[in-house]
Amino acid sequence: MIAPVTIGLIIFYFYPFFRVIRDSFHNIGSFDRDLGFVGIDNYSAMFKDQEMWQALGNTFKYVVIIVPMSLLFALLIAVLLNAKVKGLSVFRVIYFLPAITMSVAVSMVWRWIFNGDYGVLNGILNALGMSPHLWLSDKSTALFCICTVSIWTNVGYYMIILLAGIQGISKGYYEAAEIDGATGFQKFFKITLPLLTPTIFYVVIMLVISTFQIFGEIYMMIDQKAVAMKYTQSIVMHFYRSAFSYSKKGYASAVAVLLFVIIMTLTVFQMKMQKKWVNYE
Amino acid sequence: MKTKKIKASRILTYAVLIGGVLIAVFPFIWMILTSFKTNAEALSIPPTIFPEKINWEGYKHVFTGLPFVKIYLNTIISAVIIVTAQLVFCAMSGYAYARINFPFKNILFTATLAVLMVPGTFFILPQYRIINRLGLLNTIPALFLPNLFSAMGTFLLRQFFLSLPQELEDAAYIDGCNRGKAFLKIMLPLVKPGLVSLGILTFRFAWNDLMWPMVVNTSTEKMTLAPALSYLQGQYVTDFPGVMAGALMAVIPLIIIFAVFQKQFIEGVAHTGIKG
Repeated sequence: MIAPVTIGLIIFYFYPFFRVIRDSFHNIGSFDRDLGFVGIDNYSAMFKDQEMWQALGNTFKYVVIIVPMSLLFALLIAVLLNAKVKGLSVFRVIYFLPAITMSVAVSMVWRWIFNGDYGVLNGILNALGMSPHLWLSDKSTALFCICTVSIWTNVGYYMIILLAGIQGISKGYYEAAEIDGATGFQKFFKITLPLLTPTIFYVVIMLVISTFQIFGEIYMMIDQKAVAMKYTQSIVMHFYRSAFSYSKKGYASAVAVLLFVIIMTLTVFQMKMQKKWVNYE
Repeated sequence: MKTKKIKASRILTYAVLIGGVLIAVFPFIWMILTSFKTNAEALSIPPTIFPEKINWEGYKHVFTGLPFVKIYLNTIISAVIIVTAQLVFCAMSGYAYARINFPFKNILFTATLAVLMVPGTFFILPQYRIINRLGLLNTIPALFLPNLFSAMGTFLLRQFFLSLPQELEDAAYIDGCNRGKAFLKIMLPLVKPGLVSLGILTFRFAWNDLMWPMVVNTSTEKMTLAPALSYLQGQYVTDFPGVMAGALMAVIPLIIIFAVFQKQFIEGVAHTGIKG
């Protein structure tokens, strides 16, 4: 019964896994021609590559901005929705909408909203008497535009998970707290938040992994030849361009290995750290 | 005093929630409004909110610029095949890992879990090469082949099978069921929530995926919607109504499916989050 999945995994996942590692030590020419073993050349080229360091730095910026902001907004909405609001199911559906929509399509609309000449954002700013801004071509704002889109996509999805976690907390705790005269804030910080930490932990892990691989939003919102590309491209974007725009597949394999090692390290680090803040009942 | 405070906090709650809703829906509304504008309207400064009259130019441009019907079909075919295959294969392997003992089970299961830990991008170069060697670039099978097999799905369904009591299956054997019958008639119906979650998450992934279909199929005849939109944006740089019309048509089927199955969608996400 495990044959189909196992055979499929071997062909399309296990074999590629080792193949990428092997290829990262080879010079792979155009049309996938293997030009022989080159030792650690791809790695030393990668570590000398300014563009790779910039991409890595950008990626860490994405993680540092997108993960906490997505978590914060998702938590805020989840807590508010848990407070016996009317029309809960309508709110849930609307908030979830961005999460199911194709990020490519969503990025196109946002690109249009942020457009420096005709975009509605500048239109609004103009009406308010503020000066317009070239959001996506200015290297200092482009990255934040992409963060906005990513956070906008994430909030609804993780809100659903957090809300399910909050609803899983036993009512008994709150009843006991009310008898003792606890305020809403006390209940949130002393009961909800500590008991929600396993769910928050899961959400943070997922957010870090997915944000580290941010690609579609950048691909759709920034032109490959634009100056802003250098200041917004993520490590996956750098991988994609090396592999498919410049056809440096040996080098790209080295980038893939680096990506894997970093995500692995971050995840293991978070697993180790969870003892310090995650409560399991 | 106390009721006043409660009332104020209620108002604040709704204000924040409704503010959030506006931010969540605004891009969709802007997409719809722009798609019906003429290009001159879309490029007017300051921007107008409503189109003067419903204008279908943008939609026409999508169909003349791309074989859009074909692209729709490619996306549907590929997504349906991926979902069906994953449900069948992962139900089998998930059940086997949960309930059957066989040689090398632990090693194989650990290896399956290991795939989960690796980012999807990691596998793309060799996967591309395999598809290339098989002569399948720019074909429909290229779109779905590597995605028929899922470590995540296997793990998810295994968790669902594990949560069922063993006695249930034993009772079926006493009643004369063989393993196949017990699996199909007793166990499978009981993990329906798991199957629905996996199906929905997989469909969402298959419908929206960008990098893989973009890399293997560069011919517009064999594209799926996400790369087609990127192509459209590249071709129609300043035709904003056209680009928005394409984007809207690409997202509408999934939104309709979502509207119909919203309960399952939301529970599916909540489930997978809790099951981890």
